Amino acid sequence: MNNKYKIIILGITVVIIFVLFLRVLNSNKTYQPNQMIGKKIPEFILEDLFNKNTRLDSKVFSDKDFAVLNIWASWCIPCRIEHPFLMDFRDKNQINIIGLNYKDESVNAKNFLKKYGNPYSLIGVDKKGEVAIQLGAYGVPETYVLKKGKIIFKHIGPLNEDAVNKILELKK
Amino acid sequence: MKKFIFIVIFLILSSNVFSANEELKNKIYKNIRCIVCQGQSIYESNSDFAIDLKKLISKKLDNGENEKQIYEFLISRYGDWIVFNPGLNFNSLALWLLPLIVFMIGGFLIFRLNNKKRK
Repeated sequence: MNNKYKIIILGITVVIIFVLFLRVLNSNKTYQPNQMIGKKIPEFILEDLFNKNTRLDSKVFSDKDFAVLNIWASWCIPCRIEHPFLMDFRDKNQINIIGLNYKDESVNAKNFLKKYGNPYSLIGVDKKGEVAIQLGAYGVPETYVLKKGKIIFKHIGPLNEDAVNKILELKK
Repeated sequence: MKKFIFIVIFLILSSNVFSANEELKNKIYKNIRCIVCQGQSIYESNSDFAIDLKKLISKKLDNGENEKQIYEFLISRYGDWIVFNPGLNFNSLALWLLPLIVFMIGGFLIFRLNNKKRK
């Protein structure tokens, strides 16, 4: 092979490798599990925070065309940042938000909602955090959007303007 | 005396079973990545996430699930990233085969270069 072509091929190879490395370097390093997207919500039955006789059954999501599941806890500081967003979100958009109270003390959770308002139509108590693992969550707050029981979107961390807009787009 | 021997044998056997179970637990813990930590396994981590996973794995083992089933469950929830050794699958095929291919191409080039020099 001609030396000129060899140099061109070598140059192209170096550029491709450089671009690949640059892309990896600039990519988001925080791992965000999205394995559950497109899957059906795992089956669970949880006690309701306010009424011990009421249960949050995962089947409730299959009956709803559109639902939002928010994992939260009173001890979680980012949840406090998120809370006004949730209140506003529910009031303005009439969206059904179901809460999953994660590894919390019932008294603290109730006080939290008394102080900041309750955006949830139903709240399941996940005392051991096992349902959160079933959902593929790894912390609080996390928000799942479901259509007929299927997870179609997931947001890790407190909800923000962008996430809310994305959820509203999905509702259309 | 018979009773005493029976108790001793029972204790030895149960301690063996217990230690085998603990070994398996630790083996699994060491292969599960704590995804909220920096490069730690859940065995090394005391984060809430790691503690919850350890409890769940222990419960699943007690319920009779095996190592493979536990990995499958965790991968279905968190993806391949959750295990340190995901094994050979379609997604990691390139990762496993690429070094071998590069090695073979390198070997072939060296062989050709040597042949040319001899000629």
